[in-house]
Amino acid sequence: MEQLELFFKSIFIDNMVFATFLGMCSYLAVSKKVKTAVGLGAAVIFVLAVTVPLNWLLDQYILRDGALVWLGPEYAQYDLSFLSFILFIATIATMVQLVEIVVEKFSPSLYNSLGIFLPLIAVNCAILGGSLFMQSREIETLGLALNYGISSGIGWFLAILAIAAIREKIRYSNVPGPLRGLGITFIITGLMAIGFMSFGGMLTTSGENEEATSETTVSKAEGINKEKIESTQIVEVSTIK
Amino acid sequence: MGLLSKKDAKLITDPLSDDNPITIQVLGICSALAITAELEASIVMAVSVMFVLGVGNVVISLMRNIIPSKIRIIVQLIVVATLVIIVDLVLKAFAYELSKTLSVFVGLIITNCIIMGRFEAFALANGPWRSFLDGIGNSLGYGLILILVGFFRELLGSGTLLGYKVLGDPIELTGLYAFGYENNGFMLLSPMALIIVGLIIWVQRSRNTSLIEDE
Repeated sequence: MEQLELFFKSIFIDNMVFATFLGMCSYLAVSKKVKTAVGLGAAVIFVLAVTVPLNWLLDQYILRDGALVWLGPEYAQYDLSFLSFILFIATIATMVQLVEIVVEKFSPSLYNSLGIFLPLIAVNCAILGGSLFMQSREIETLGLALNYGISSGIGWFLAILAIAAIREKIRYSNVPGPLRGLGITFIITGLMAIGFMSFGGMLTTSGENEEATSETTVSKAEGINKEKIESTQIVEVSTIK
Repeated sequence: MGLLSKKDAKLITDPLSDDNPITIQVLGICSALAITAELEASIVMAVSVMFVLGVGNVVISLMRNIIPSKIRIIVQLIVVATLVIIVDLVLKAFAYELSKTLSVFVGLIITNCIIMGRFEAFALANGPWRSFLDGIGNSLGYGLILILVGFFRELLGSGTLLGYKVLGDPIELTGLYAFGYENNGFMLLSPMALIIVGLIIWVQRSRNTSLIEDE
């Protein structure tokens, strides 16, 4: 149950792109075509699934306050958590290189489809963000960490797939010159993020702080209404045309 | 500017408008959006990035001839990570509340594409002084957008600027609130950051039509 909850929560409610804006750079740069978007999305799921559990182990057994106690009782006083940035990013960079080599060796076809994206991923903030959120949300077991990595990867994949599909279609519509390209993509992403907020009420029943969540759902409901109004306006405009 | 030659001055002024890292180069969006609900957080973020990018550019530029090109990404990441750890510890020591608000986004400066982008595009090919100016210029451009977005979100969302109630008091109904003005809580939600940046791009590109993309 806990696993399932985390799974849906990290895909829909805490979606990497729409709730925390992680990995926006590659999200905006590589979403012009659905095909390349799928390639990058798959690579992100893959790398997150490898690096989040690994960094969880690092955090649990090396970095955390008193984590070195397994070396002997005299190490219990060490708190190396200030090193976590440098250790996490080093793990990510090496893992990406390693994954690249392994994939190239064993599955050249997958390598060709992911090829250019893999090295790009080392500096994708979604990957480091995944590890840092894993640390700050204090995920408890290795299984949950693996789950968190995979599901937030899927959330990112969904987001980039959706925006790529929309961008392919929007080429046929008459966008005002200055908004064309980047500007309209920003605004669409904003509207999509408002849409994703409606998932916020999905898992509230099992939450401990129901009062707080009901407050936020009210404010979110306002947002949804606004979006509905906007979308009906868009429909009206297009029918007039 | 008597201190800088014309070419050097361009390094600082270009990123402010026509070559802005966020609206034109599309770098460093992630952190720009997530922390801009308050003006203070935006300013701190801008200053942190300025420190990391300015110093990092100089360090990379000094080492540019001895870094083997195959492992340059890892070397760059280590340099950035070290600088970010300094920023993080300083924030934790002197502005603890603020560092809680910024949470993981201080750490995410490491993977802020502006930093890697400028290292790759500029510091690896230019001397330290020019790289320093480039770093300062780009982080100023980045900070400008951050502060603009933070300004509008805080002003319209909570009616304050840097925590001061500039529009009057919503409970005692003074200032604008006496006329029935209400805060737009929607501005504090994260999607509005995206929409505001979209609008900034719109304004900028209609003023300078040469920037319009043709798709």
